[in-house]
Amino acid sequence: MSVSIEFNHVSKQYRLGLVSTRTLSHDLNRWWTVNVRGKEDPYLKIGSVNDRSKKADSEYVWALKDIDFKVEQGEVVGIIGRNGAGKSTLLKLLSKVTGPTTGTIKARGRIGSLLEVGTGFHPEMTGRENIYLNGAILGMTKDEISRKLDEIIDFSGCERYIDTPVKRYSSGMTVRLGFAVAAFLEPEILVVDEVLAVGDAEFQKKAIGKMQNVSQGEGRTVLFVSHNMASIQRLCQSGILLEKGFVSYAGTASETISKYLSEQVVQSEYQNPNPHANQKLVLLSASVGPKTGSLIYTSTPVQIRFTIRVNQPVGHLVVGFNLMSSFQYPLARADYNDQNGAYTLEPGEYEFLFEIPANTLSNGDYKIELDVAEKCVRNYAGEQSVLTFHVDIDEHSHANTFSENISSKMSIIRENWLVGYEKQ
Amino acid sequence: MNETQEWTTIIKPKDKLLSVDLKELWRYRDLLTLFVKRNIITQYKQTILGPAWFVIQPLMTVFMYMVVFGGIAGIGTDGIPQPLFYLSGTCMWHYFSDCLNKTSTTFVSNSGLFGKVYFPRLVTPLSDVISNLLRFGIQMCLFIVVYIIYAFMGGCPASPNWYLLLFPLLVVMMAGLALGFGLFISSMTTKYRDLSILFSFMVSLWMYATPIVYPLSMVKGKVAAGMDLYTIMCLNPVTPVLETFKYGALGAGEFIGWGWLLYSFVFLVVLLFLGILVFNRTQKSFMDTV
Repeated sequence: MSVSIEFNHVSKQYRLGLVSTRTLSHDLNRWWTVNVRGKEDPYLKIGSVNDRSKKADSEYVWALKDIDFKVEQGEVVGIIGRNGAGKSTLLKLLSKVTGPTTGTIKARGRIGSLLEVGTGFHPEMTGRENIYLNGAILGMTKDEISRKLDEIIDFSGCERYIDTPVKRYSSGMTVRLGFAVAAFLEPEILVVDEVLAVGDAEFQKKAIGKMQNVSQGEGRTVLFVSHNMASIQRLCQSGILLEKGFVSYAGTASETISKYLSEQVVQSEYQNPNPHANQKLVLLSASVGPKTGSLIYTSTPVQIRFTIRVNQPVGHLVVGFNLMSSFQYPLARADYNDQNGAYTLEPGEYEFLFEIPANTLSNGDYKIELDVAEKCVRNYAGEQSVLTFHVDIDEHSHANTFSENISSKMSIIRENWLVGYEKQ
Repeated sequence: MNETQEWTTIIKPKDKLLSVDLKELWRYRDLLTLFVKRNIITQYKQTILGPAWFVIQPLMTVFMYMVVFGGIAGIGTDGIPQPLFYLSGTCMWHYFSDCLNKTSTTFVSNSGLFGKVYFPRLVTPLSDVISNLLRFGIQMCLFIVVYIIYAFMGGCPASPNWYLLLFPLLVVMMAGLALGFGLFISSMTTKYRDLSILFSFMVSLWMYATPIVYPLSMVKGKVAAGMDLYTIMCLNPVTPVLETFKYGALGAGEFIGWGWLLYSFVFLVVLLFLGILVFNRTQKSFMDTV
């Protein structure tokens, strides 16, 4: 197989602060050093590593630094990374929206980029007119669009409204229409940025199916950015992990995902650094994880384990945890004595196992605050022992329940109460 | 086979200066027509009068000129009826200034689109220049109608002559000049936004440096700051184009001469060439500065 895309020491530098205050003096200084004195660009050297959390000590920052990789033809590559790791910049460079600061990118074949769905839609124009406009913007010719028009309209499911101005469309319909056009692009290389996050469940399914056709059936190279690990796992063969503008890992999709998850700020384990503390109760370790596999899906039971040591009998023992949303909203509470009415334990080491049943949590981020305490006296689990975990949407369902995104939704229940249905 | 030959796309920090990809531009010709269509369709959507505004605008402008310049200031019109004289000037000038205003904001007003997808950016200003032709055409029809009315009324000293055959060339030159200036301005304003403020009122002042509300014959022989005012006026590359049209259509004044027309043409070619170069350079990095 031949190489389809090659990144050769590609770097991209941005200036921090207000970009519009780009000053003449800097430009003149740069021009003077580079063109007159023949030296290196003074502003290229001082760029610092792209780390969003630290205060910058330089005015310039490397959004991407020395990116070097190759993509085989027909490969589907998932690009993973935290916010601000440089994923979108990378896609922007590849789709020629902006140029690299140094290095070269080489590619074989047409590059179609899908950084946004429905780019260039004009609200005053009808769906049909916008299909032509959007298609042409994405690089199709008029004939090509005319040939595929019926298929596109059919795929979008907007047939009834195709001669209505797009401004009368619901946002979901606009997205469908936009994706439908993009789905019928025929570039050799397709660059996709998180476009599946929009649209309703039925459409997501269709879109993912279409993307799979594109990559597997037709030998196309796809670069795909998403925060949804499940869809990366399903669609991609290989992955690239970006961190602060560097490629920190490249390998198969599942390797890259687990690498990413292990490096995330998600704390799924806690080990007490001082297990022999001289106190009544000691929390030794705690962990949270799926019952099976390595990722927590909505359909996976979530297990919380922790070990404690009781040094002295405690009058009123509390061993349990609070389940919180990532926004600190308390969701549930579990205790060791829920069922047995016990209030104390003999001295010794104990391991507790809690299990949140499958299909209880909707996808999103959660926190577990441990409680290992003598009631109304002292809590022995400190702030460091707060565990976090992430629930991904199930591979096989596409329910659009995002507890994170729906502020009105306060429950943790992922409504899966359908028992069955049959045709009468 | 040489490896580099196989690559179809090579993205580098900076291209060579002369790397305007005309082939690529040709591949996107469908986009050009669709943009033109979009501009035309959407311009007067949800207005009651719609394209009637194409006609109302010049009529009101001409009326104001008749009151202010013809009436109050008493500026002559080379013996041509005032409405005809002003209309011929404003139609041409408005095409130029509309194109210039549109093309000079190419980067700033399309940044949302340019930030998401690549296509040859030159398509956008080209489509602006072309779609403005419709409006210009309608206004020209208005001019012809007014002309015919005057001709039927009789006693009108205006009459077209053979120079009118230059009309297509003149329109192309107007479009080219507007595009050339627009490309320059749009490239500069991505970095230094104050230039857009400067240019927006420069364009309105520019009109007074062009013989629209007065005939060029008026400045003949006048001297300003030790220089021949006529020559200064003609150095404005729009003047020869406009004057040739007015002479050809109305027989007003006298032909400005092939020399000045050639000057305008050379000016246009150089301007357009440099404009495209600057524009091309800007399009690579403007997303980081705009």
